[in-house]
Amino acid sequence: MVVAALLTLIAGGCLLAAHHLLRAQWPSRGPHVAVVAWQALGLAWGISTIGALLAFGLAPYGQGILLGLAALAEDAAANGLQLGVLAEGHFAATRVAAIVAAVGLTTVLLWGLAVSFIQVVRTRRRHRALLALVARDHPEIPGARVLDHPAAAAYCLPGVLNPQIVISAGALEVLDRRELAAVLAHEHAHLRQRHDLVLLPFSSLKRAFPKIRLMERCYNAVALLIEMCADDHARRYHSPRELATALVRFGAAGKAAIPLGAMAVVPNENQPEVLARVSRLLNPVKLSRRATAAVLSGSASLMAVTLTLWHLPL
Amino acid sequence: MKTRLGDLERAVMDVLWEQTEPMTVREVGRALADRDLAHTTVMTVLDRLAKKGVVRRHRDGRAWRYRPAASRETYISELMLDALGQTGDRDAALAAFVRSMSGQEAEVLRRLLLENHGEHGESDRSRM
Repeated sequence: MVVAALLTLIAGGCLLAAHHLLRAQWPSRGPHVAVVAWQALGLAWGISTIGALLAFGLAPYGQGILLGLAALAEDAAANGLQLGVLAEGHFAATRVAAIVAAVGLTTVLLWGLAVSFIQVVRTRRRHRALLALVARDHPEIPGARVLDHPAAAAYCLPGVLNPQIVISAGALEVLDRRELAAVLAHEHAHLRQRHDLVLLPFSSLKRAFPKIRLMERCYNAVALLIEMCADDHARRYHSPRELATALVRFGAAGKAAIPLGAMAVVPNENQPEVLARVSRLLNPVKLSRRATAAVLSGSASLMAVTLTLWHLPL
Repeated sequence: MKTRLGDLERAVMDVLWEQTEPMTVREVGRALADRDLAHTTVMTVLDRLAKKGVVRRHRDGRAWRYRPAASRETYISELMLDALGQTGDRDAALAAFVRSMSGQEAEVLRRLLLENHGEHGESDRSRM
């Protein structure tokens, strides 16, 4: 029962920490570190919630979660669904409900991940096929495909075999050569660091719990951090001001020729995303070494404690 | 081989997009005469395009006639909407440089850049 209580505390703590992280200022100073923190929080939340339910449900076996699961299987094999040991203890019905809830939550999370993955693969396949038919190469920008569309857009299509960077004619129109280079470097960073894979678990969480607004806000926060990571990468080779100018130009030109009805779907946390990116490009402040170390070691210990609790027979 | 097929698919679509009338395999082959393609090759390519759903076909007497399922502009718009995350499922499929911005936001940004120009503009230039 001690383990169940501790895991419940951790799960609650993760939610509190997520709330804090959504409002905190430091993530924009150290986006890479913040992404690690988000990953640790998400993973620890799932593992501790499932663990808390299991620890409570399996308490009568007195062997902790992992061995408790084995004991439950043995019990079920010996006594059928009547479950000898579990049925004799206190709160038998509640314990069974907790185990069922744990299994349910695990299924929902894994299912969400699988569905997200399949959907992403499908979207990309169609996108890639259409791109092959309608995009053209540009002699001056090797490695990128050009779409003849007046709105400004630049994006990447991740993939193992054939990752691609696409830029619209509208974007070429508004960017000068150096700004374009900065934008391309930004997109290359997405592809090389596989940011799409970083985002995938969060988008599947959002899909699994569409009614919970916190999930969507977390997803948006991680999506923004990933953009900042790519900005930081591009800044190593290009002036931040060029990247910032490019962002502003996109903002001015982006709305041309996009159907108005679709514009309503804009993610909006209290602070506009692009504004946050531009201001940190213009006034860069790096997260201190100590803060970085604190966040990283905090994330590591959170994971270690959560996983250890799964093994303790308390 | 794969790139060659992709290249052909593209060329065939370009032909179909240029014509207003649905075309037979023979007509498509004739339009691509400079490539000197076998009849079966053109048929294979059209078949693949039909399977991908970008080409529709119907019987006309003894021959099939092919036409694009949608205009080139429609597909480009679809890709753009995908990329700008406005089709509803922007989920990690693509990462756009900027998703979208309100006019007001753009205005704020422009001002921010202008103000900043005085302070940091010089040092940024010298770093190039």
